[in-house]
Amino acid sequence: MMIVVLTVVTGWIYPLAMTGLAQAVFPNQANGSVMMRNGEPVGSKLIGQNFTSPGYFHSRPSAAGKDGYDGTGSSGSNLGPTNQKLMETAADNVKKVREENGLSVDAPVPADLVLASGSGLDPHISPQAAYIQIERIATERNLAVSEVRQLVERHIEGRQWGFLGEPRINVLELNLALDELK
Amino acid sequence: MLTDMMMFILYLAVLLLLAWPFSKYLAKVFTMEKTVLDPVCQPLERLVYRLSAVNPDQEMNWRQYASALIWFNVLGAFAVFLIELVQGALFWNPAGLSGVAPWHLALNTAVSFMTNTNWQAYSGESTMSYFTQMTALTVQNFVSAAVGLSVAAALIRGFTRKTTSAIGNFWVDLVRSIFRVLLPLAIIFTLILVQQGVIQNLDSYLTVHTLEGVEQTIGMGPVASQEAIKILGTNGGGFFNANSAHPFENPTPLSNFLQVISIFLIPTGLVIAFGNIAGDFRQGYAVLAAMLLLFCIMLTGTYLSEAYGNPILANLGIDQPTSMEGKEVRFGIAGSALFATVTTAASCGAVNAMHDSFTPLGGFFPLVQMKLGEVIVGGVGAGFYGMMLFVVLTVFIVGLMVGRTPEYLGKKIEARETKMATLGILLPAVMMLTGSALAAVIEAGTSVVLNPGPHGLSEIVYAFASAAGNNGSAFAGLSANSLFYNLMLALSMLVGRFGVILPVLAIAGSMAEKKTSPPGPGTFPTTGWLFVILLAGIILIVGALTFLPVLTLGPIVEQLLMLQGSMF
Repeated sequence: MMIVVLTVVTGWIYPLAMTGLAQAVFPNQANGSVMMRNGEPVGSKLIGQNFTSPGYFHSRPSAAGKDGYDGTGSSGSNLGPTNQKLMETAADNVKKVREENGLSVDAPVPADLVLASGSGLDPHISPQAAYIQIERIATERNLAVSEVRQLVERHIEGRQWGFLGEPRINVLELNLALDELK
Repeated sequence: MLTDMMMFILYLAVLLLLAWPFSKYLAKVFTMEKTVLDPVCQPLERLVYRLSAVNPDQEMNWRQYASALIWFNVLGAFAVFLIELVQGALFWNPAGLSGVAPWHLALNTAVSFMTNTNWQAYSGESTMSYFTQMTALTVQNFVSAAVGLSVAAALIRGFTRKTTSAIGNFWVDLVRSIFRVLLPLAIIFTLILVQQGVIQNLDSYLTVHTLEGVEQTIGMGPVASQEAIKILGTNGGGFFNANSAHPFENPTPLSNFLQVISIFLIPTGLVIAFGNIAGDFRQGYAVLAAMLLLFCIMLTGTYLSEAYGNPILANLGIDQPTSMEGKEVRFGIAGSALFATVTTAASCGAVNAMHDSFTPLGGFFPLVQMKLGEVIVGGVGAGFYGMMLFVVLTVFIVGLMVGRTPEYLGKKIEARETKMATLGILLPAVMMLTGSALAAVIEAGTSVVLNPGPHGLSEIVYAFASAAGNNGSAFAGLSANSLFYNLMLALSMLVGRFGVILPVLAIAGSMAEKKTSPPGPGTFPTTGWLFVILLAGIILIVGALTFLPVLTLGPIVEQLLMLQGSMF
């Protein structure tokens, strides 16, 4: 009998009460921090998306689902540190990033832009990963490099309270702002 | 590097600052003293006792306590199993998921959540309906943590009471743990998490058109309420497959920091509370000091290895930090290394980065912590009572060296307690070793390994350490949803849970019956640094003697090969 009573308390009353409370106090977050454009949802601020066209800042490689960024199939690659497949994938990505952005064949590439995230839904890239894409974006969109650079810098989120986490840029927010520029 | 150090130091500072006042409250809860929550909790608890036909005033001896606990767990696991099978016909299932199949996956999951392991051979967003997540899994998140607290409370009573066979009432400990400790903390933590961006709704999965016009479907659900207790109860079973790496479970560096604090909060508070109840706070601090000493060693190891990174990737022209595979940008190396060390020190098992993709030594330290029996801070309740087995063993060994009858808290430690402590330490270890040895030699064990070379062995070894240690994290490349692994790991989880709880309760029973005598000149003090070092040393020695060969063949060899540039 005890298990039934406790199930009602912790399995129904607690989560439903929390849902009610969360919906009342923080409705935006509770429903997934959805980003809107022209009244249409274009994604969640917290869930990364694929960007393949040269005019958008690209996200990290993703192992979620078949094509990456599957919002119902969060997953990392789970490739180990001596796995040949990891090295081949990384080498391909490095080559692609260098070609797309007109970098020399031995230019260093930011790690996050060529290695997959743990969730496969990472919404962020590092500032370095955004910087090396600036020239490509500017050329593609006929914008001044300085203008794009300013936009990127405005979107850098610093460490929380100065010591928590890493500096980062939300790719979806940055790309939305990029579309607004014109 | 400097900011990383600052975060680690602040982490320990904030943890101790919160755990200290909390421990006083915790002590009151288990000594049945008045607390601030009495006006709310007392009527609710009385209602629960009446509905469940339980007499809260009846004390139990250890056998009665153990049998109530086991029946409660058997029924609980059975309920989870049934709900999983029939979820397709039930409500709160907007994604239209059918019953969990095959049956051995449902069984594995039921055992997993009941034993506070929360090993997951399934992917949450595509397997479990909201109904199952709430009614089956969230419930076991609460009660398995409460069972851990209850056993710890019973053991504390065993050490501090004299000449009685009574060690408390299981139902009372269970209900008080939930109503006075877990629920209040979970409610506060849920709201903080939602504020940070964790979702909490019963909506259908959300479909959007991305900026590039592609359809993206995003999993929804009552996540925050489960996330809060998953962390606070050192459960670790994620709502989503990616667990605390998923932005809807752990959206910001701050939520990450609060999660690692919350994992350690109750276990740390409990050790300090033990000192309070024993009437000598130094007893609690000595045990905590040994735990934190080991924890700092493990954290340093994990962090340095991850920060050093992977030279093979560096050779491809990738900038530092090269070990970003499987990690989130918002947490970085330090936030991921801290989480990995905390989650495997406490038998939590939530992950905010994929341990399988860590550098070999970065994965070695989490693995070692699980193999040491999850006593470095450890799970809610389980960390404390697991550690007390090592305390009994240490006191016994010191007694042998000094040539006197070993004593702890004024009570003689005799053959029976030492045997029980040894049993509780060895059973999970035997399960870890035999399980992984079997899996490593048969087709059913090796065919589902993802990574070739020594890393493949690490995947298998990690799985059995995680299951028998009741941790639940994984080298997730292993596709563990197979008949062999589902059943073998379920067995490991049972041995790892009850193979420790039953000896602990037996010790509680026999200690409670003993008389207390004041410390004499031959009594070895269990409060100073000498004891702390001895305790930590014995944990490391027992661990090294048991596991060094297999650890060498897995992560250690792989690290050397990685430094050489070898691949598989």
